[in-house]
Amino acid sequence: MASNARSRLVNATSRRRGLVGHHLAILMCSPALALVTSFLVVPAILTIRTSMTDMSLATLGSVRWVGLENYRRLLEQPELPRIALNTLAFAGVNLIVFNIVLPLVVIALSAAWEECLGRFLRPVWLLPRVTPSVVYSLLWIWLTAPAPHGTLNQLLTPLANGQSSWLLSHPWPVVITADGLIGTSFATVLFAAAIKAIPKEVLQAAQIDGASYWQAFRHIVLPFLRWPIMFVAAYQGLSLLASFELILLLTNGGPGLWQTEVWSLYGYHQAFSYYAGGLQMGYGAAISSLLVGFGALASLAILRLFRFPQLTAEPKLGAI
Amino acid sequence: MGVWRTSGMRLMAAIVLLLLTAPLLLLYVWLPISAFAERTEGLRPEGITFENWRRLLEPLGGATFLESLARSLAFSSIYCLVLMLAVVPAAYAFSRLPLPGRRPLLALLLMLHAFPMVSLLIGVYQTLRWLGLYDSLLGIALIKTASEIPLGVWVLKGFFDRIPWELEMAALVDGASRWRAFTSICLPLARPGLLAIAIFGFVAGWNEFLLPYLLLPSTTEWTLPLYIRSLIADFRFVDYGVLAAASIIYVFPPLALFAFGQGILSQVYTLGGRVQAQ
Repeated sequence: MASNARSRLVNATSRRRGLVGHHLAILMCSPALALVTSFLVVPAILTIRTSMTDMSLATLGSVRWVGLENYRRLLEQPELPRIALNTLAFAGVNLIVFNIVLPLVVIALSAAWEECLGRFLRPVWLLPRVTPSVVYSLLWIWLTAPAPHGTLNQLLTPLANGQSSWLLSHPWPVVITADGLIGTSFATVLFAAAIKAIPKEVLQAAQIDGASYWQAFRHIVLPFLRWPIMFVAAYQGLSLLASFELILLLTNGGPGLWQTEVWSLYGYHQAFSYYAGGLQMGYGAAISSLLVGFGALASLAILRLFRFPQLTAEPKLGAI
Repeated sequence: MGVWRTSGMRLMAAIVLLLLTAPLLLLYVWLPISAFAERTEGLRPEGITFENWRRLLEPLGGATFLESLARSLAFSSIYCLVLMLAVVPAAYAFSRLPLPGRRPLLALLLMLHAFPMVSLLIGVYQTLRWLGLYDSLLGIALIKTASEIPLGVWVLKGFFDRIPWELEMAALVDGASRWRAFTSICLPLARPGLLAIAIFGFVAGWNEFLLPYLLLPSTTEWTLPLYIRSLIADFRFVDYGVLAAASIIYVFPPLALFAFGQGILSQVYTLGGRVQAQ
């Protein structure tokens, strides 16, 4: 009752002040929305528009409209199946092994040592995500460098003498592991936060009832983790399909022709690299636009996953 | 989880965990070893020296280490400031004010957060060209700000949502304006959120490699990651000792900030607790 009276009072004051709330809201949002529009939304439109032109170093100044020609050309490239397969393998193995299974294992194991070992080792698992990519790639270059310098080859010297660089001999395992561990950091944080939210009484009850560790994990912890796992799968899956930063730093698509080239790196090479693609902006934009289209669909799916309506209840003081 | 009952199983868990973590430790421990060694084979140093650190002060290649360090610091700070100026008022408005088109806009921001920004590089390049901001750090800062705004707004909105609205209402009943209630009631109460976004934003700018690498071709405005990358890529001169020393200075701010703000990553990655709350 008291709060009713107060809200009437607030409504009365709000009527006196007219539309202040609306105007203030628009004013406060406008810098953020202006930046997002100019530097995310407009570039998305421009990328798709460019994909229908023949813009390149050769056509500078006389760019023509070519419709879907770039897309047709893309489908005819003999390397396309290779690149598509590379992308799916990279994203798929990375996602399942390093973004879902490994974080679950790390979380489950370190939970057994919550007080001492877990507290020391968990921060180590955060390092890949926090380390700048340039330094992170340097660490991997050193780890996999040829004997006698590389750490890995030196440790393996008794087994196999004089190994060459692992980035040259086994590029995919190295690239996927290096990139994957960054995802492991991310997922470990999310899963740990979800486990923290499980009521202690539930786990204690399971213990009293004589549940084994596996039973408790399977029937209590895992159901709580279902939603974070779905989130990681969708969110990381999408960003992995488009990611190329670490591949660029480690192998730049090599060492052989197209060996570790993924979709977004291919688009970048065609559009921005003079040697690899001759700065074919239009063609590169077509490659990227397919990702843009897929990204838009996938992020709509992620929106549904968030159960969006529940997150956007009307603001309580909205009327003022 | 207190469900581990036998000590044998706990021991097994510890051994497996250590085995899994060992490669990561091997990966990182090279950095401090190599920075103080004349040369290293694997993780075995030969000769302890401070020479690597001294050589950082000499000009190597196009830019110098100290210049790049200063520029990285300036870039990250300014970018972080712009980010906060854009994100804080917007998050408050989305949390508390009757914004027209509020739900579609929030949906758009959430979609853009998930959207892979790297696929827009060609459009970003053209936009910067149009605005005359190509090949400038200011252009990079604006792009970076735009790409972090969706995450920032959502995380900070979560912090504002949790402030009891009775507090704000009391101020309004006492005759304060909306703006006054925002600055003197909500902002101080959301301080942990502001700090989290500021630290996360600063580190995101500090670590950023790809945008300046692609959109900043001339060396005059190089930031630290570009400088370090140029040392790695320059095959005539690959001095791993100097590289390790430069890298230690470069990784220090992110590691220190996240060690200092323990819960920040958890707050930000879960979008302010939303990922596990459902």
